This record gives sequence, structure tokens and C-alpha cells, in this order.
Amino acid sequence: MKIGVPKEIFAGERRVATTPEVAEQLQKLGFSVLVESGAGAESSFSDDAYRAAGCEISGGADEVWSQADIIFKVRGPDKEEASRLKTGKTLISFLWPAQNPELLKKLTESGATVMAMDSVPRISRAQKADALSSMANIAGYRAIVEAAQHFGRFFTGQITAAGKVPPAKVLIIGAGVAGLAAIGAAKSMGAIVRVFDTRPEVKEQAESMNAEFLMLDFKDEDGSGEGGYAKTMSEEFIKAEMALFAEQAKDVDIIITTALIPGKPAPRLITAEMVRSMKAGSVIVDLAAEQGGNCELTEPGKVAKANGVTIIGYTDLPSRLASQSSQLYATNLRHLLTELTPEKDGNIVVDMEDELIRGATVCKDGKTTWPPPAPKLSAAPKKAAPAPAPVAVEKKKPSKAGPVIGVVVAALALLGLGAVAPQSFMAHFTVFVLACFVGYMVIWNVSAALHTPLMSVTNAISSIIVIGALMQISATDTLTMWIAAATVLITSINIAGGFAVTRRMLEMFRR
Amino acid sequence: MINAGIVTVSYIAAMVLFILALGGLSNHETARRGNWYGITGMAIALFATVLGVVTRNHVVLMVALLIGGSIGIVLARRVKMTQMPELVAILHSLVGLAAVAVGYVSFMGPTAHFVGAEMTIHDIETYLGILIGAVTFSGSVIAFGKLSGRISGSPLALPGRHWLNLLLLLGAIWFGREFVLQSAAGAGIAPLMIMTVIALLFGIHMVMAIGGADMPVVISMLNSYSGWAASATGFMLGNDLLIVTGALVGSSGAILSYIMCRAMNRKFLSVIAGGFGTGGGTPAAAGADEDQGEVVPVDAQETAELLLNAKEVMIIPGYGMAVAQAQHTVFEITKALRAKGVNVRFGIHPVAGRMPGHMNVLLAEAKVPYDIVFEMDEINEDFPDVDVSMVIGANDIVNPSALTDPNSPIAGMPVLECWKGKVSIVLKRSMATGYAGVQNPLFFEENTRMLFGDAKATLDEVLKAL
Repeated sequence: MKIGVPKEIFAGERRVATTPEVAEQLQKLGFSVLVESGAGAESSFSDDAYRAAGCEISGGADEVWSQADIIFKVRGPDKEEASRLKTGKTLISFLWPAQNPELLKKLTESGATVMAMDSVPRISRAQKADALSSMANIAGYRAIVEAAQHFGRFFTGQITAAGKVPPAKVLIIGAGVAGLAAIGAAKSMGAIVRVFDTRPEVKEQAESMNAEFLMLDFKDEDGSGEGGYAKTMSEEFIKAEMALFAEQAKDVDIIITTALIPGKPAPRLITAEMVRSMKAGSVIVDLAAEQGGNCELTEPGKVAKANGVTIIGYTDLPSRLASQSSQLYATNLRHLLTELTPEKDGNIVVDMEDELIRGATVCKDGKTTWPPPAPKLSAAPKKAAPAPAPVAVEKKKPSKAGPVIGVVVAALALLGLGAVAPQSFMAHFTVFVLACFVGYMVIWNVSAALHTPLMSVTNAISSIIVIGALMQISATDTLTMWIAAATVLITSINIAGGFAVTRRMLEMFRR
Repeated sequence: MINAGIVTVSYIAAMVLFILALGGLSNHETARRGNWYGITGMAIALFATVLGVVTRNHVVLMVALLIGGSIGIVLARRVKMTQMPELVAILHSLVGLAAVAVGYVSFMGPTAHFVGAEMTIHDIETYLGILIGAVTFSGSVIAFGKLSGRISGSPLALPGRHWLNLLLLLGAIWFGREFVLQSAAGAGIAPLMIMTVIALLFGIHMVMAIGGADMPVVISMLNSYSGWAASATGFMLGNDLLIVTGALVGSSGAILSYIMCRAMNRKFLSVIAGGFGTGGGTPAAAGADEDQGEVVPVDAQETAELLLNAKEVMIIPGYGMAVAQAQHTVFEITKALRAKGVNVRFGIHPVAGRMPGHMNVLLAEAKVPYDIVFEMDEINEDFPDVDVSMVIGANDIVNPSALTDPNSPIAGMPVLECWKGKVSIVLKRSMATGYAGVQNPLFFEENTRMLFGDAKATLDEVLKAL
């Protein structure tokens, strides 16, 4: 089958749905790739690069849409593009079916199969095809870059001959994929990073990146919703949260907001009042601008100024890092396509039993298949029972009586033995007990790595039992002699073998 | 040729040398010298005995020594390092057999002219020497069979086996009493033989009931027994050298058993009583796989990339590495990574493999420098800083449920906490469980990648990709 990659026509969209590198791998799956001339130009992938990767280059969009069986796009199709989609073709792109019911209807009527990259279910197996996370990662990184661009100072603190420069303080609201990427970027530039999130389980993740996690002193409210996203919180919680933000706004230089709740407008977290309280020169980057913005003063798609505070409301942050976004998005697409072509023969099979494919497919054979049935959740197991009590390392307090009884019994036994045993035995017994103690002291010092040589060398020396046989071998009785000789034989196997193998092992240990 | 005093002095020298030999093993530098002390000690003891005690049959003696010695050296040369546990087991059995033979000969021989309490004690010594020797012999033979795969490694659980053991023990005691009584009257060979059969059965039954994963304990326990057998023989013959050497070996094996048991968080008695998971009450199936989640497989190429991008790599070898003979490839990979500036270390669990220190020997054979090989306690704290941990053919020793699930058969066993690192790559042939028969939640962790296939073959591919 042929994959077609048309040039994105949405204004300002610089990404492209496949890169030369990924195109090569697509061909390994058995597909041929047709790219519209200039499709990758904005992401710095030239037609020649595609050609070198074995792609065909087509002159115009018409050719791509008519010849290709599978269309890869970044943005969802506009009306005109949608009308080019015919029965039997497959379109894979971002779609946002919830926000675009009309488009979904039109696509359904076309009879084509359409898969939405934004509907790939959040299950472990689908992570490799999760384009939302890829894009969020880029958006978070870019948000810091944009903030740095508009911020008039260093991020890092320095002490120079010209005086001391304090580090910038960055507050990141929402520690999702974008938030974590922003933490990483801001941290590596040297800023002090604080993070807030309603989901307490992300605290660990934020702290693992050396950010300071701001906690609300609020019990029993967990902001984790289905599929690892956040949910709307109670009124009191929001009040406390707003108080925290108001207080932080006075202190920090940069605020990055990434708070989104699926299917709802973005929550208003930064009021005009808070913006006013910020220091002049501060920067707010609102990653939720497209959904209405977390900040009251955000103007989607633009940079706004209010009281000397810059509020960045770009909605196309991934597109502003077009080459990187294209590469990650193309890889996500490839992973999805790999799932679709189990035989690796260049033919796709839309298996509606497969959870991943079922989730992503929004319409097929003239029927709308969106929304999919709820996925079996696995992003974060729904509180796997109340956490098992940390394994009680049950060291029963050793009862004091035990050792005492042991010592008493041993002492009595020894006394009993001493009372009846002859002197000669007691002499040997003394030697025996002392030898046990010497062994005990010596063996504890043996390094664990040498336990095998220890076993083989003790093996060799325990064949000292050969002495017993040697004492008997001079007997006049033939049977005794032969038994003793046999004993000497087997023990000498042990002596020679034990020492030799120990030597061989020890030779191997080297620095 | 030389008098008894000189023989005794030689024995004292041998004892001191043996102690020095064991002491030398406290670190790698002195270990080789220690082995030479051991050899010298043995040589002195042999010479003194041959010259001072043996009065005739020198030719037979020499022939036996030469034949035995050459067999031993050939064995030592030929054995593969992965087969060390088998070799050690079979050598133990020889000590046991020798103890039995010496015991019988001593009993039948005309050497003893004891009376009264001395007679009783001497008989008990003889009896004990043969008993321990026989148990060591049959137990070691079975252990050898299990380790070399000639006998199935799974525990044999006879119904009422604890009662059976008790019965055998009581039988041994009763026949012991019979033996002492009859021996005083000049007879006693019958109870002695019955006891030998009982002891042989006991040894077989004991080791048959022990599962493969408990083998390190069994091996060190048999090591200990072979020592006690020598010691008992020493008492019987009134020879201090045997007593001392036997006591040294016996306590060494006992300490090793204790270390191994502690590493598995198991009581010595419950290991000996046999059958992993059967003693603890909760069957292994409890709490087992409710949909554990999904595993993420990777291929050799991706593994190589992960390794190359890491700064800290921890390799955790297990018995699977030994089976696949992959240690050389592992070292090649280590070399390649270290050449690229990756800090590669090895983390060894005390019970990895089938014998104490088994992994260390294998890695040493592959020329892995010992200063990058660490014990569990030394490196368990470091896992949060490790970028990639590579688990090669190990399972139970990296099972997080030992720490989190109180119902797990391996609960409380110290494990290598590789899941605390950034990524763990687990090399395995399949999703099968380890010896303990418990599912391993590590495989379903988000940061775990599974690399399926024969460890040697896949590692060769990884090496190529590097």
C-alpha cells in the first residue's frame, strides 16, 4: 500500500507527518511513501532528503490524496481535504473528535477509515504511539525557551565581579508530561523550580527532577481522574489552591501553567489580580491557551502584556520546534502503523478487537466508532488495594529464656560428659572445641566472592581423613589393606582435585 | 623411620597451615598464597604419616595416591566453571565414603583395647563417624545428580516425610544403643550395617526433598558434614589433626549455610525439612497474577542503545547466565561499554547460582576484574543512580514482592532493588517463574524492558550492535 504525506495547509503549521528517517522504516514494513513536494520544508527536511530515503515526491496535493491508500497528517483535515477522502482510504492524524463533531460526521460519510492520534488509549502498550505525550513534552520544553526569550534576566544565579545575580524562580502548575519537561528545561538552565499539582502521586516524579513540590495541607482529596489525567476539585480545595497561587505570584518570576481537565475548558488559576501582583518583567506561559487558558489575561495565539508582565498564549508551541515535533510525531505514527501491519507486508489490518487500534479508530466503513468503550485502565492501577502493610520484618523478639536454656543444657551435657569421660577423650575434646572457635573466627572474614574457592579448599583439606586410611593400610589383613588403599585412592582424588581447582579459580580472579 | 614426636610436630604444622589457608581467603590478594599453605600443610601431613606410621604396603599406597591424584588433577583441569557445584558435590561424597570406610576398618580391625567408659565413647565415635559419613556420601551423590540434571531439580515431597525423618533418626539412635551393647560383647557388626543403610536413606531423602533454589544451602551443609565426619573419625582414631581440620571445615560449612539461609530469609531447619513454599503455609499461588499488566519487550538493538546512552550500568547475573554460558559475552559487552566511558558494575546476590560464590567464579573465569564485582549489600543503595540495570537469567533475587507482599513465599528475603533504577532490562527465555514459583512484578514495572531469548544469543547480538 502507498502512504501519502501531504503538506500541512493549516496557517502557521510547520510540522510534517513523516521524516526521511521514519520513511525508510515505513518502507521496511512493506509500504511505499509518497510525499508532497515541500511538505517537510518548514521542518528542515528537503525533498532531496526524502528522495534519498526512497520516497516518491509528488507535485501537488491532488496527486497525494488520489494515489495514496493511507494518508498521514498532523492537523485534522479541513473541509476541502475531508472531501478528498474516499471509501477504502485510511487517514491518520490529530482530529479531536469531541471538539469537531461536524468533521467527524463528514469523515464518517466518506466511508474511509479514520484514526485519531489524540484518541490512542492511555495503556502501557500504546505509549510508543502516544503523540499527545510527545507533543506535550515538546510544548513544555518550548514553554521555557519562550519564557527565557521574554524574560530580561538570567535563569541561573551567578556571582560575578559585577555583582550577584539571583536565580530566576519558576512556578510550574501541573506536573504532567509538559510540566515535567518544563521542570527539566528550567532546572537545566539553573532556575529554582517549584511545582504544584492536584495529584499527590506526581510529587515523587517532580522531586525526582529536583523540583520543590508545593503541597496543600488538604486531606483525602486526590485529584487523579481516569487514565492518569486530573479531575475537577472541590470548592474548598480550589480556594486553598488559589490562595497558594496568589502568594506564589508575588514571589516567582515565571509561571508556566499546564492545567487541563479532559473534555472541559481549562481551569482559571491565575486571576488578573495575581498578574497585577507579579513583579514587572515577569513572564507567564499558558500552555492551556487553546482550551481558554489558565490565566485570565491570556490571549490565545498571542503574546499579551499587562502591568509589565508578559503573558504568552501561543497555541502552536510544538510547531515552533517543527523538526523535533515532526520527528517524534512521525515515530509515533510509525509505531501505530506497525501495530496495524502485523504481517509486515505493507497491508494494514484494522483489528477492532485490539484495544489500541480500537481506541484510535474514530470511523470505519461509514460508521462512527467514537467514543470507544472505556479502556481497561492500566496507566496507574486504581489504588491496588490499600497498600500492603510494609512487610512486617517480623523479628520475633528472641525470647530471653531460649539462649539461657540452651546454655544451661549445654553446660549440663558437658559436665555429664566430663564426669564419665576418660582424660584422653577430654584432651581431644578440648582441641575440638578450640578448633571450632578458630574456624568460626577465620571463616567470618572470608570475602563473599571467594565462597566457592573456600568450599573447594575446605573440601581438599577435609580429605585429611586420608591419615585414617594410612594408619590402617599397614595391616596384615588383606581385606583391611585393600579397603584402606581404596580409601587412600578416593581421598587423594579429593586432595589433588580440590587444591587444583581452587588454584585454577584463584588464578582467574584478577583486578 | 621417624618417631611419633616428629609426626605430632608435623601435624601441628599442618594444622597451623590449614588455618592460614582459610584465613588467606579473606581477600583476593592473599587467597593464592593461602592455597599454597593448604597444599604445603597437606603434603607435610602426608609425608609425616607415610614415613612415621605406615610400616608396610608402601607400593600399594603409592599407586593409590598416584592414581587418585591424577584423577583429581584431570577432573580439576577439565571441569567447566559452570559445573563447579557438581564437582564440589561429588568431592564431598568422596570424603563421606572415606569416613565410612575408615570407620568400618577401624571397627573390624584389632586396634582397640579399650575398656569401660573409654570403650563406650570409642564405639560412639565410630558409630557417629560412619553415620555422618554415610549421610554425607548419599546426600552428596543426590546433590550431584540434581545439579548435573541427572535427577529432577524439583523437591520430592513424600507424604509424611517429617515423620519419616523422625523415624529414621530414632532408628539410628536405637541401633546406636544396640551397637554399643553388642560391641562390648565383641559383636555389633549387624546394627552398624543397619544404621549405615538408614543413614544412606536419610541422606538421599533429605536432599531429594530440597528444591533447586536451595542448593547453595545444601552444598554448604554437605561441606559442613564432610568436616564433621572427618572430625568424628579423628576422635575415633585419637588423631588431633583430623579433629582440628574436621572442625575447621565443619564450622566453615556451617557458617556458609547460615549466610545462605540469611540471604534467602529462610530458617535452616525449614530448608532442610525441604520443599520450597510448602513449609510456609501459604501456597505460591496465593495473590498470583491478577492481570499484572503488560510487559514491554525490546530487541537487541534497542538494548544496545539503552546501554550506550547510560552512564551507570549494573549487571545482575543469575543462574540463567551460567546455563547459557554467557559470561564471556557479558564481559565483552562490559569491556565495550567501559571503553566508551560507561561505568559498568556487577551486583551479586548471595544465593545467585547454585553454590555460594558461584557467580563470582564465573565472572572471574570470564576475566571480569573483581573490583567491579560487588555484593548485594555494597550496591543496593546505589540503584537510584543507576541508568540501566541488566538482569541476566535471574528472577527471584530481583523480585520486589519479597519486600512488598507479605504473603509471598519469598517475603522478607533481601533482593537487589533494581526497579529503583531508571531502566531495567531483563533477559529471560520466557515469562516462566523462577525456582520459588512466584510471579515477578518487576517484569510489569513501567521502567522494565524484557529481552526474550537465550541469554548467550541475545547478548551476542547486543554486542554486535555495540
